Amino acid sequence: MSTNAFPLAKDDLIKSYRTMRTIREFEERVHVEFAKGDIPGFVHLYAGEEACATGIIMHLSDIDRIASTHRGHGHCIAKGVDVGAMMAEIYGKATGSCRGKGGSMHIADLAKGMMGANGILGAGAPLICGAALAAKRRGDRGVGITFFGDGASNQGTVLESMNLAAIWNLPAIFVVENNGYAESTSIDYAVAVDSYVDRAAGFGMPGVTVDGTDFFAVYEAAGEMIRRARAGGGPALLECRMIRFFGHFEGDAQTYKAKGENEHNRATRDCLKLFAARVSEAGVLSQAEMESIDREVLGLIEEAVVTAKSAPLPAAKDLLTDVYVSY
Amino acid sequence: MARNISFKQAISEALDLEMRRDPNVIILGEDIVGGAGSPGERDAWGGVLGVTKGLYAKYGDRLLDTPLSESAYIGAAIGAACCGLRPVAELMFLDFMGVCFDQIFNQAAKFKYMFGGKAQTPIVIRAMVGAGFRAAAQHSQMLTPIFTHIPGLKVVCPSNGYDAKGLLIQSIRDNDPVMFCEHKALYGFENDVPQESYTIPLGEANVVRDGEHVTIVTYGLTVHRSLQAAEALARDGIEAEVIDLRSLSPIDWDTVIDSVERTGRLVVVDEANPRCSIATDVAAYVAANAFSALKAAPRLVTAPHTPVPFSPTLEDLYIPSGEKIAAAASQTLKPALAA
Repeated sequence: MSTNAFPLAKDDLIKSYRTMRTIREFEERVHVEFAKGDIPGFVHLYAGEEACATGIIMHLSDIDRIASTHRGHGHCIAKGVDVGAMMAEIYGKATGSCRGKGGSMHIADLAKGMMGANGILGAGAPLICGAALAAKRRGDRGVGITFFGDGASNQGTVLESMNLAAIWNLPAIFVVENNGYAESTSIDYAVAVDSYVDRAAGFGMPGVTVDGTDFFAVYEAAGEMIRRARAGGGPALLECRMIRFFGHFEGDAQTYKAKGENEHNRATRDCLKLFAARVSEAGVLSQAEMESIDREVLGLIEEAVVTAKSAPLPAAKDLLTDVYVSY
Repeated sequence: MARNISFKQAISEALDLEMRRDPNVIILGEDIVGGAGSPGERDAWGGVLGVTKGLYAKYGDRLLDTPLSESAYIGAAIGAACCGLRPVAELMFLDFMGVCFDQIFNQAAKFKYMFGGKAQTPIVIRAMVGAGFRAAAQHSQMLTPIFTHIPGLKVVCPSNGYDAKGLLIQSIRDNDPVMFCEHKALYGFENDVPQESYTIPLGEANVVRDGEHVTIVTYGLTVHRSLQAAEALARDGIEAEVIDLRSLSPIDWDTVIDSVERTGRLVVVDEANPRCSIATDVAAYVAANAFSALKAAPRLVTAPHTPVPFSPTLEDLYIPSGEKIAAAASQTLKPALAA
């Protein structure tokens, strides 16, 4: 085996691949199960975008906080939220991450630094400023990272938060997950600037655009920003240009996409295939090693679905609990 | 030791005592120190009405002046509360909820429930409420009912400095999000307030006047107007019991029901607009839970279904007056056929 030329040790490469594969299989399976009609509510899938969540969150530990979006499964898995509990939550079961009270759009695990997927676009940006403020006050070198789409990038909350993070010099990173579509509306229509780097400049913070399907590009750019933020260098913006394999939500007919767009993207811009090709060509991870991870992950997801389906539903009394700490 | 101090000083003391007691308490808001980055003096304002004046000298960067970005800093306070701090955010005027409401009602209020009980958000949002300042439609509203409607939020609205100090200290120590509503016309009101720290539980009403003929339920500024009405009624031999709710969520139904069961008559006074208000809420609860005790239909004295007007002539008509409250109480005592 050749020398590892990557900025990650082999163990971390394996962890990164496993995380991305887990997100992919989780989403592909939810897609299938949702179509069967067993999963209630709204579901927004992250498949195709795995390199972004993983490349960034690989730099984080539990003291670092992230705020996610309505498309939050990938961020949750990368941040270490239990996959079985996530699946149970999506099925609305009592054993879910949120005891069945949150669902796909609200999975959270504060102990893991995961401050919640969020049904309100752009709502995580102010929250993460608070997390970054708390980290700064404690002096624990923790960072706060908020993910938002190109759609939510137009929310006042995001723009206000970028200003606030800049004037308070907060260890906060603003990640634009630019998949080109705000629901069905193209970024070409809805965003007035050509580059988010210009928006970052408008708030006096560095901004970098990377190919969000390239795990290593995301990893390196995010690492630089996170190191800078931990050292007191303040906030930054990272734009990841990426691909959403599925629709905005499950059930979206995606007629706004070009003909063959999804198939083309899956064939040429699949971040997992790109990662696998890079590491196997470099001889750092073999196809066999990755296939073994794939089998492991498939087993994990299968177990998560089987367990979730047979898990108990919330009890009627749960309707009224956990509104307040005390009342 | 109790001294006669203002409502404003009582709030300032509560903040001072809690900041001294708990290093996780921080205060943030617009101009709460004042003069940030400006060439003149620091601590120039201490909030628009000077409530936080002087705290900066003691606690320094635990007071954070914010840009005029309510969504960002209210949201940041909520995020910080989820991460171990105990922020007191000042929204200045509650009317400004319009530009940050999502962070309050979709984020702070929902985290505990939506995350299956695993989150807590110990934040206090202080804001001025109420009319009487000639501040017109966007700086004068009594928006307490909107927050009371939201599960997950607690809502407090004291009528005097003694209550304000004890309730604010309790609110800061509380582990749920609390909307702490301060009536701007009360800042100068003085009463006896102990120097030391003390707490008043949320959800405990205060019977501020005993009476056997009619129950007047209210909160905030209109507690004082209700007491004036009660004095006027007493001259006619009518003894009104006046209940200051103090906190609207949780609310002390037991004290209200106990009183109505004794008097058989209810007047609810609310400076909020009449529809879906504290007044309708209390009247409905009493009707549903103490109907047999009622000797007359409950009377509601509220602001009209209008924005708050500017002209003093009109604004004075807008806020429930002692005369209107007394008239409503008298109505409940008239024989049913004559009513």
